[in-house]
Amino acid sequence: MQDWRRNSGFFASLAVPPVAWLLLLFLVPLGGVWLLSFGQNTGLTEITVTGTLANYQRALEPLYLEIMLKSLWIAGATTMICLIAGFPVALAIVFAPPRAKTWLLLLVMLPFWTNLLIRTYALIAVLRTNGFLNAGLGWLWDGLSGLLALLGLGSLAPFQPLHLLYTDFAVVFGLVYVHLPFMVLPLYAALERIDRSLIEASLDLGAGHLRTLAYVVCPLALPGIISGVIVTMVPALGAYLAPDLLGGPSSQLIANVIERQFKRANDWPFGAALSFLLMYATFIALFVRAAVARSRGGGGAAL
Amino acid sequence: MTQPIIQPIIQIESVTKRFGPVLAVDDATLAILPGEFFALLGPSGCGKTTLLRMIAGFEAPTEGRILIDGQDMSRVPPNKRPINMVFQSYAVFPHMSVLDNVSYGLKMAGVAAAERRDRAERALEQVKLAGFGTRTPDQLSGGQRQRVALARALVNQPKVLLLDEPLSALDAKLREAMRFELAQLQDDVGITFVMVTHDQDEALAMACRAAVMNRGLLAQTGTPAELYEFPANRFVADFLGSVNLFEGRLAVDEPHRAVVESAQAGCPIYLDHGVTGATGATVWAAVRPEKIELHKRADERPPAIEDVPSGYNVARGTIRTVSYLGSESIYLVTLETGHEVRVTRPNLTRWDQEDFTWDEPVWLAWHHESVIVLQA
Repeated sequence: MQDWRRNSGFFASLAVPPVAWLLLLFLVPLGGVWLLSFGQNTGLTEITVTGTLANYQRALEPLYLEIMLKSLWIAGATTMICLIAGFPVALAIVFAPPRAKTWLLLLVMLPFWTNLLIRTYALIAVLRTNGFLNAGLGWLWDGLSGLLALLGLGSLAPFQPLHLLYTDFAVVFGLVYVHLPFMVLPLYAALERIDRSLIEASLDLGAGHLRTLAYVVCPLALPGIISGVIVTMVPALGAYLAPDLLGGPSSQLIANVIERQFKRANDWPFGAALSFLLMYATFIALFVRAAVARSRGGGGAAL
Repeated sequence: MTQPIIQPIIQIESVTKRFGPVLAVDDATLAILPGEFFALLGPSGCGKTTLLRMIAGFEAPTEGRILIDGQDMSRVPPNKRPINMVFQSYAVFPHMSVLDNVSYGLKMAGVAAAERRDRAERALEQVKLAGFGTRTPDQLSGGQRQRVALARALVNQPKVLLLDEPLSALDAKLREAMRFELAQLQDDVGITFVMVTHDQDEALAMACRAAVMNRGLLAQTGTPAELYEFPANRFVADFLGSVNLFEGRLAVDEPHRAVVESAQAGCPIYLDHGVTGATGATVWAAVRPEKIELHKRADERPPAIEDVPSGYNVARGTIRTVSYLGSESIYLVTLETGHEVRVTRPNLTRWDQEDFTWDEPVWLAWHHESVIVLQA
């Protein structure tokens, strides 16, 4: 009887469904859109692929370039906040008792099970002028005011609700909320892999917890940090729902512009060109990450 | 045992450690003297590593306290203790060069860069890794990585160096070479070494003194020779080397003479010393395999006086198995009572004149001085 492990036909047949799936439903439509980015509208619904670069030229006009830079800035801020907030969370889960670990990871992933649209709408209730955040702040403000009055120090002016919704702040807030798990999970995976005896060795050699974090934990978690930054940054750069629902007129990002090209503006070639500019940027980021991983000698399995 | 006049470098006072319902270390009290090479010896799960980790500060005792150089360590974190550790996995930082690894502790102590480099290079020389400073750990063999871990610990001039199973990850030949080297290194630097090991050969070969642990309890503490020749109980006797035990009853117990009557041996076992046990109590007469002699038995006549001098215990048996190990041979001999006895003989000549073989009837003889009576 033939050894089943050497039966390459068996494994090839296993690979057929996913490959067919990716080919038919991902690569073929993607290729179609890519071709469209070199085309132009010739009628109301007709597009001719002429090989023109006009769409890309138009995409690099200051108006769109500015929106792209703004998208980059918003995505970058989101990623940084996710990293700063997510690192302690990942660290806490790694060092939690084994029993609690599963539950904590579950809590991190829990929001994934709720529809993105519902999660984003829920933030409107939190951030709006009469929302939960302002209510909470108002309650604290009134309490402080009452306390001051009690101490005979006069009282504060009545609380003015903060204008939070429909600002860039709201967009970043929503993006951080949605993307935090994307950061926490790769960080968790990288931190979990660090040999505990390396941390103990650092403590044993006279480093306190902070210096151990700086000299041993962070450098060893670097592949996970890079992975986390990319998996957070890439979807944040293409975010559409958060700026649409939470952002003001000036916080429209590149994804919203793309959406308009495909829908209201009915300019598919230009929308395709904008989309592919984002794709190219993503490819470059992944390529840089792979190059970094290779130069560090095999630290590239972290994604 | 004499009371130490010098102050112990490590005092373990009634230390108990529980992990939930598991009792890892049970009321251990132990003093380790400065300059000693001390071994914590025991089978896996006996609590020796937990005890070492409590000395290092990675675990806190549930009860009791540990003093290092007279100072209570209860509230001192690992990074503030005057000790360093060589981890079982060596724990060499993979993202740093060898030199950065070795100077890590000095950097944390705030030593200036130039002095750091100097001392790290000297420490590398000490472990015979001069010139390896620029390499990264993945370019080193297991043995070299261990040397880096050693240099990294010793460069800080700790009061105590802890070694967790230092030789377990090395191959057999290197392990034996490192035994001598570690002992030599300890002699050179004069730092107290405390080593955890499950390998009795390692402990016997390297340590000045050793504590044998079993199920969280300190079974016996002493020099290797004391532990081997005068084991306190059956566990210690069996854990260090191998031993033949004859269960029996203490029949006679006088100051210079004792007799154990053992159904397993099939004959009374004579001792040249008293036992100070209750006559009639169940005891075990223990004899090491190398202390038993084999004699040819052509007929049923006991060996002649010239063959077996006086003061010997004699038993009749048949060789069941011979296992040739090169330097020595191990014989498993079945006594007429059915009890099995292990005998080792060095192969002193190339061609053994006597040439004991399978199924051969033999006399076993052991001197009454070689027997020790164990009461537990």
